[in-house]
Amino acid sequence: MAEIVRDIVHILVMLLVPLIIAGGLVWAERRFLGVLQDRHGPNRVGPMGLLQVLADTVKLLFKEDWTPPFADKPVFILSPAIIVSTVLVSFTVIPLAPGFVVEELNIGLLFFLGMSSLGVYSVALAGWSSRSKYPLLGGLRAAAQMLGYEVFMGLSIVGVVMMAGSFDLGSIVEAQRSLWYVGPQFVGFVGFLVAGLAETRRIPFDLPEAESELVAGYHSEYSGMKFGLFFIGEYLGITLFSALITVLFFGGWLGPVLPPAVWFLIKTLIFIGLFILLRASLPRLRYDQLMALGWKVMLPLGLINLMVTATIILAKG
Amino acid sequence: MLSALRALWIVLRHTFRPKDTILFPEEHFQLPPRYRGRIILSRDPDGEERCVACYLCAVACPVDCIALEATEDETGRRYPKWFRINFSRCIFCGFCEEACPTYAIQLTPDFDMAEYHRENMVYEKEHLLIAGTGKYHDYNFYRIAGVAIGGKDKGEAEHEKHPADVWKLMP
Repeated sequence: MAEIVRDIVHILVMLLVPLIIAGGLVWAERRFLGVLQDRHGPNRVGPMGLLQVLADTVKLLFKEDWTPPFADKPVFILSPAIIVSTVLVSFTVIPLAPGFVVEELNIGLLFFLGMSSLGVYSVALAGWSSRSKYPLLGGLRAAAQMLGYEVFMGLSIVGVVMMAGSFDLGSIVEAQRSLWYVGPQFVGFVGFLVAGLAETRRIPFDLPEAESELVAGYHSEYSGMKFGLFFIGEYLGITLFSALITVLFFGGWLGPVLPPAVWFLIKTLIFIGLFILLRASLPRLRYDQLMALGWKVMLPLGLINLMVTATIILAKG
Repeated sequence: MLSALRALWIVLRHTFRPKDTILFPEEHFQLPPRYRGRIILSRDPDGEERCVACYLCAVACPVDCIALEATEDETGRRYPKWFRINFSRCIFCGFCEEACPTYAIQLTPDFDMAEYHRENMVYEKEHLLIAGTGKYHDYNFYRIAGVAIGGKDKGEAEHEKHPADVWKLMP
């Protein structure tokens, strides 16, 4: 009985905390972008503009939920659900504190990789099922981008797996007690950060969306809460990747004085801030630059990093 | 790569810069005095209406937002019986101010005059007429112009000679 209660608590926390953070990001991103650009951002609705989240949600809920008559209806409706559900399911393997994890999978990292790859279907199918030229272009770009970036995302975390000797995220955190992996695996960290940006389709890798070129890219035809799901899915993705960077490279819950969960949240929020800072400062890459960076720079770097790590581990015995 | 990191650093430093935005309804800023905002009708230094109801502003107005009707008081001084500006049409071009021969109609630096109802954008004379002289403090049309009104006969204006007496102009 106690176990069931504990599981339910874990599930509720891992479901609600990411959703609350993602909802808060609707406001926080605009506020932080404003600060970085010498302006205020949304500050009118409620104290410091915090109720902006509520206002936006109400607005999205009351908008007409329109499905274009030319769209492929079942797929069109399914795709926004895919992105949110895959990201939310990925949160089950994230350890918030020692023992505080919904499902202690011994292949947790592989599970995450699988789920994030499934998330690509959402974007590609959204672009495809809209049957409209700009969403299609966005979807195609998303598919190509994911192909290029999924490969070295896997490679960049293999170094961590080799050092920790486990795919279980809890054991990876425990293995960082003496040294965070951002030091020995710095190349892997950079690779994972770049892959994370590409995976969440954030600037400078927001080619599938590319407002200035493709209207809104893959979700041009979406309105109302279906668009809202893409919106919240992006923020959930940012939260997920920040949490994973924390777990894989910055010692997860490890830290002095404060309780483990607080350390975890602080580190995650710092990386969410980094995602927003990157958005504020970098321009969007051109399509060929994106492809060249993925295949010609990040992939070889990841492979070299992998070989060096493997050699050192072997030499140490 | 290095330039990207530099960009991050430069943008992050902007966190500590003062904001450029002025939070408008709470904070105001100083507009130049010749800014073309809300239109007013001014009075001369004696406190009389400057407007002589010549209709030049209504003619100059490119969007036809000015309407008025002229009348005269018992001393022969012209003034508008009513004066109406429809600010929902006005484009604040300032042609009326340029056309005005008596500096009566003037544009002011006041611009926040939004309304919830369109009818409230129509200003009547009592809304337009102010107590002061506006931008020209000493100007008084009737003291300069040669026209005779109550209390001032021909030739009594500033820089004006009395009219020649034709009966004494004999050779």
